[in-house]
Amino acid sequence: MPLATPLKNLDRELARFHGRLKAGGIFVVLLAAALLGRAFYLQITQHDYYIQRAENNRISLVPVAPNRGLILDRKGRILAENYSAYTLELARAQPHDLEATLTEVAKLIEITPGELRRFRRLLAESHEFETVPLKSKLTDEEVAILAANRYRLPGAEVKARLFRNYQAGPGMAHVVGFIGRINDRDLKSLRESGREQNYRGTVHIGKTGLEQSYETLLHGRTGFDQMETDASGRAVRALSRIPPVPGKDLRLYLDEGLQAVAEHAFGDYMGGLVALDPNTGGVLALVSKPGFDPNLFIDGIDPETWKTLNESPERPMVNRVLRGIYPPGSTIKPFMGLAGLELGVRKPEDTIVDPGYFSLPNSSHQYRDWKRGGHGIVDLRRAIAQSCDTYFYKLAVDMGIDRMHDYLQKFSFGEKTGIDLEGESAGLLPSREWKQRRWKKVWYPGETVIAGIGQGYHLTTPLQLATATAMIANGGKRIEPRLVQAVRDPFTHVWQAQPVVVHEQLSIKPEDLAVIRQGMMDAMRPGGTAAAAAAGAPYTIAGKTGTAQVVGIKQGARYDAGSLSRKNRDHALFIAYAPAENPTIVVAVMVENGGHGGSTAAPIARAVFDYYLTGKRPGNMKLEGGSDASD
Amino acid sequence: MPRTSHWLLRGLRHVDGILLTLALLVLGISLAVVTSASGQSPVRISGHLVNIGLALAVMVLMANVPPHLLSKVGPPLYAAGVVLLVGVALFGEIRNGARRWLDLGFIAFQPSELLKLALPLMLAWYFQRNEAVLRAKHFMVGGILLLVPFLLILRQPDLGTALMLGASGFYLLFFAGLPWKVILGGATLGAASLPVVWGLMHDYQQRRVLMLLDPASDPLGAGYHIIQSTIAIGSGGLFGKGWMQGTQNQLDFIPERTTDFIYAVFGEEFGYAGAILLVGLYLAIVARGLVIAARAPTLFGRLMAATLSLNLFTYVFVNMGMVSGILPVVGVPLPLMSYGGTALVTLLLGMGILMSVATHRQLNKS
Repeated sequence: MPLATPLKNLDRELARFHGRLKAGGIFVVLLAAALLGRAFYLQITQHDYYIQRAENNRISLVPVAPNRGLILDRKGRILAENYSAYTLELARAQPHDLEATLTEVAKLIEITPGELRRFRRLLAESHEFETVPLKSKLTDEEVAILAANRYRLPGAEVKARLFRNYQAGPGMAHVVGFIGRINDRDLKSLRESGREQNYRGTVHIGKTGLEQSYETLLHGRTGFDQMETDASGRAVRALSRIPPVPGKDLRLYLDEGLQAVAEHAFGDYMGGLVALDPNTGGVLALVSKPGFDPNLFIDGIDPETWKTLNESPERPMVNRVLRGIYPPGSTIKPFMGLAGLELGVRKPEDTIVDPGYFSLPNSSHQYRDWKRGGHGIVDLRRAIAQSCDTYFYKLAVDMGIDRMHDYLQKFSFGEKTGIDLEGESAGLLPSREWKQRRWKKVWYPGETVIAGIGQGYHLTTPLQLATATAMIANGGKRIEPRLVQAVRDPFTHVWQAQPVVVHEQLSIKPEDLAVIRQGMMDAMRPGGTAAAAAAGAPYTIAGKTGTAQVVGIKQGARYDAGSLSRKNRDHALFIAYAPAENPTIVVAVMVENGGHGGSTAAPIARAVFDYYLTGKRPGNMKLEGGSDASD
Repeated sequence: MPRTSHWLLRGLRHVDGILLTLALLVLGISLAVVTSASGQSPVRISGHLVNIGLALAVMVLMANVPPHLLSKVGPPLYAAGVVLLVGVALFGEIRNGARRWLDLGFIAFQPSELLKLALPLMLAWYFQRNEAVLRAKHFMVGGILLLVPFLLILRQPDLGTALMLGASGFYLLFFAGLPWKVILGGATLGAASLPVVWGLMHDYQQRRVLMLLDPASDPLGAGYHIIQSTIAIGSGGLFGKGWMQGTQNQLDFIPERTTDFIYAVFGEEFGYAGAILLVGLYLAIVARGLVIAARAPTLFGRLMAATLSLNLFTYVFVNMGMVSGILPVVGVPLPLMSYGGTALVTLLLGMGILMSVATHRQLNKS
């Protein structure tokens, strides 16, 4: 037994071992089944999901910014165009010493203090993953130097960027506006309007002027390059491209030559001028002096220059045509006269005897006429031609402020004209109701009196004056002023005309309108207030002068231009259209501290008419290159 | 010269043709995948070829060592391994927060690697010695022999290696006849103590397990590896994207793709069909190993052959399970596939032992 046991045990042990081998084999097969089951799940069941994940890993979309549309004047002269240039940009999200890189860059190429200040400002405004431009428009030599020294400049890269060039200069700045780098506020508004995706890859956006108001058309649609990228995000090769759709080109009504003439005609004066085509509402010229160089803003303006521009007492950044508000003064008289006729308050032949002042019943206060001693016997036509204050004091009182307000409102006074630029002021057309609401005070009869000659609360922009004057010229059509005449499709190159928007057609009796027109024509004839400005013109002008008070004149005192310093002198106003028989151009001029409208503002309008209607330039105007080639 | 070739031919007689063929097939696949995964890097490919050559030489060498000689190496190797592990615990160098390395001045190495071979040899030697009088107490001694290095490695801490070592020790005890009652009892006890183990685990170990349950919770951090490797495998589909056509591979999305994550590259480029082939080859190797174990004349040979076979598949399972996202990330290479000399030499050394057991039957019997 003791001998047999080990042997028997060995057999049993061997049998048991074989059993264990089988168990082990089954265990291994089970593990293998688990692995293949998992592989089946991943590779067969979930294959579609994972292939998509792999494609998402592999393919990235790189935005391709579209070319911005051009802005051309009515004759096709370029006002805003694109060019590409190399820019040195620094990444801020790099684990390197930015200051050290700046020092190194400064050793290699010239960095002006202005560029450095601008860079610091942009850096403060930028986001973590952005690159911030340090110097733009690098020369070929600078690009070569930077490329050769790349290893010394961690985080610095030279990028080809699209820029905008405004070759028309400061005179056009208030029309064309400018583009600037997209900031937080722009980004927010893009996000809110759902356009954010379309601006991936775009650096600039329209900030003012047409660049701003036509941003959507000018920008175009961003394209995308499908790139195969590796795990570190580096593009390995291009797969396909959805090409960008370039922005649309804009052609304006505005004539660069006319604009230059108008600007020149201002001489040293500041102010604003707008010329409209009364039949289309097209803006033929829009001058706000002084202007500024829009090119300064494109890649971020340096803080010093910005401060200078923004704090200058001349306020070059304010568009006087759209945002400058002034009492209309005597330029309101044609509209007052028309209101009197149309509302049945006056007949054309009604006359008054002007003693040189007007007093309200039961009051000794004298509202003086500008002409000491008065104009004698005047009817409406003569009252307009000679700008008789007394006639309109009386008319205003007879009409009442409420009727006056309601009628003048139809000429866009107190309302936005609807021009295709942003930031337009609505001015202020006072009424009894307005005063109650705004000041919680009753309307005084004396306020009605001075409202009759455009003084008091009434404030208007030069653009409103031009729009209203156009209604006299075109027979009552209130047309929204438009800068853009046509838009060009980037593919078909076909210009599509923009619609003329008639806001309202006012029905005016032709005989009433004729009286007003006659009065305005008389104003330009000998005996009229602006006769000198029309002398020798080969066409007829209809116009009206005005002055907007800068400082109040005390009762009994006299306004003496000579004794006032220039900045306290009145603003000169002038509205006109020509040819009077068949008007093709309307002008409204405001000359700051220009004194009387007839002497400073009217000659500027004359220069504009001359050039537009006869092609004649002011004799002392230098011929500037570019403007003349196609004239 | 004739004498030399005669000696060489005699050496080759101990090579098992079936095992060699299967190993060469997997190595061939490995060479192709390493070529693709390394972006056809000549350095990597030639390095891999050198490693393969070296490992095959070691295999042939081991095939010629008779099992009874090999069994004698067990005790001293085991003793040396345990001493070195104690040395690590006392003087070891800390790398990545774990005390695993021993710096002997001229070479720094992990003694735990040594134990992977020493422990089965030691246990097989011990059971062979007590074959005739095998009783419960011998299994208890075996258990202690297993637990000493297991706990030392667990303390380092290196959970992955400890578990792999524990598995190989367990296989040996299992084939030596550890009663089912004990196995099932132990398994029950182990399951019951899981919460305790969880509490004892280090932060990074817990994170690995949690990440496995939800890799998307940390897509850019630790979960990135698993997410990218499962995407690679899943996007491979039935037949794969083709050799050198895997985008996850070519575009750098798969980490460690010539070494631990090589299965992701293979799965992406050769698909489910490839996975079946590869797992099939591993199963064939295991089957051949089990056949060798069944036919082995001595207990030592039986235990070594069976343990080494199961051990190989355990590595396969842990690696492929990790790469395809059903096991936590542990640094375990895929046998015969991953680039890397040490692992390849250790593995083919084990296959050499299998061949030795297979071909020294008559010799031992005589």
